[in-house]
Amino acid sequence: MRRVALVGTGLTKFTKDDISIESLMLSAIKSLFENTKNLTQKDVDVVLTSTNDNSKYLSSIISELTGLTPKISHSVESLCNSGANSAVSAFAYIASGLADVALVTGAERFDSPGRILEWDKSRGQYKHPIYWSSMFTKAHMRKYGTTKEDLAIVSAKNHKNATTNPYAYFEKEYSIDEIMQSKNLTEDIRLLDCSLPCSGSAAILLASEEMAKKFTNCPIWITGIGQKTISAGFTKNTDLTTMKSTKDAATDAYKMSNIQPSDVDVAEIHDAFTICEIIELEDLGFAKEGKGSSYARNCYETQDRKINPRGGLIGSGHPLGATGVAQIAEIVQQLQGKAKKRQVQSAKVGLVQNMSAAATSSTVLILQS
Amino acid sequence: MTVFESELKNGKFVCSECIKCNKLVWPPSDFCNSCFSKVRWRRVSTTAVLVEFSKKDDTVFCIAELEGAIRIMGELESDTKELAIGKELQLVKCGYDGIEKFIFQLK
Repeated sequence: MRRVALVGTGLTKFTKDDISIESLMLSAIKSLFENTKNLTQKDVDVVLTSTNDNSKYLSSIISELTGLTPKISHSVESLCNSGANSAVSAFAYIASGLADVALVTGAERFDSPGRILEWDKSRGQYKHPIYWSSMFTKAHMRKYGTTKEDLAIVSAKNHKNATTNPYAYFEKEYSIDEIMQSKNLTEDIRLLDCSLPCSGSAAILLASEEMAKKFTNCPIWITGIGQKTISAGFTKNTDLTTMKSTKDAATDAYKMSNIQPSDVDVAEIHDAFTICEIIELEDLGFAKEGKGSSYARNCYETQDRKINPRGGLIGSGHPLGATGVAQIAEIVQQLQGKAKKRQVQSAKVGLVQNMSAAATSSTVLILQS
Repeated sequence: MTVFESELKNGKFVCSECIKCNKLVWPPSDFCNSCFSKVRWRRVSTTAVLVEFSKKDDTVFCIAELEGAIRIMGELESDTKELAIGKELQLVKCGYDGIEKFIFQLK
């Protein structure tokens, strides 16, 4: 298997603007071409697009709009982890020798049909994501004594981190009090516990070891990959205090890269809701079972940016198909030492965790400089 | 409309069951997800067990487990003070209007 590097990134500002998926992706790719030295259209032999939008034939449309004539082009869709799964497909094409340079772009509009999974009959009349997240929240509170203040700290931390991310939807800090007082959506979830659907796009460029040299002096290697789908129905999560798909994906990713959770310097994890970050900190092995909230609290109190330095989904916004790609772009910038005010000092090992459909599917990537 | 949906609309919760291995196949499907054999449709027991619950405004919603095999979300017509995980519930009403609806009460 050939080594695969991440060699370029491009992003758009996340907004509530009424922009087409094609225009969003075009802007992110334009930014990627501007940011990547020596990159020409002729170099790109794979184009992958990820979105939950109903666009058809999107990768071909994007290729035409950007002057690309790739060997391989198609969409990758798996709800909220479409972005990271696109990157995994691109990795496979390059690692296998089928291609040398792959462009991955993800985008979503604020009104995406991917926001609510109608198919899942086990959710009954409770299709909106606030209901499954309330179940995880209640179960974690019941077992470990997690409090509403613990949840608020995750939101306060990620909103604070987002103030130094020029592409984030949210641009202001929220105090723990403001979060605690924000509108109750259910008994367990408040408005500021939630990530927000928005319009935005991200793009990344992957290359074989030989081609990577042309584009950058600091390639970031994908050294570990784990993917797991346990079902499509939310209630197949039999233990609501953990995310089995994330645990399984993380185990595989750590094994492939031959590292331990304690080796990770910086991570972007899928905080669709505040409870998600707390559970994921445990499932990814950063905190012991039941200790995710104290881990997040410590990050907040010591201003440690290790977890979700760009603000996560809660601070940056959650344009579904773009999210995984934007998470990867952030970790690439962190490991290249180019994250400016968001920089985690001397970061060498990074992790991305992108999940979908009430934690029924997860993707974990390990990146290294 | 599928058999599951039309029966639910008539207030009957039916699920697919494998004709060969007798497994309840949830979510409803045309074939068994263990052995790919054909399925028949049968009523699901209306007795359930409370797995988890929360509340939106004044309405309690929950996850309930039926026959040790099917977990679904539904409304729970009970005061949260009386509730505890593992308590027996009764499925008192179900329906379908494009979206599945299940209503439980404490047994």
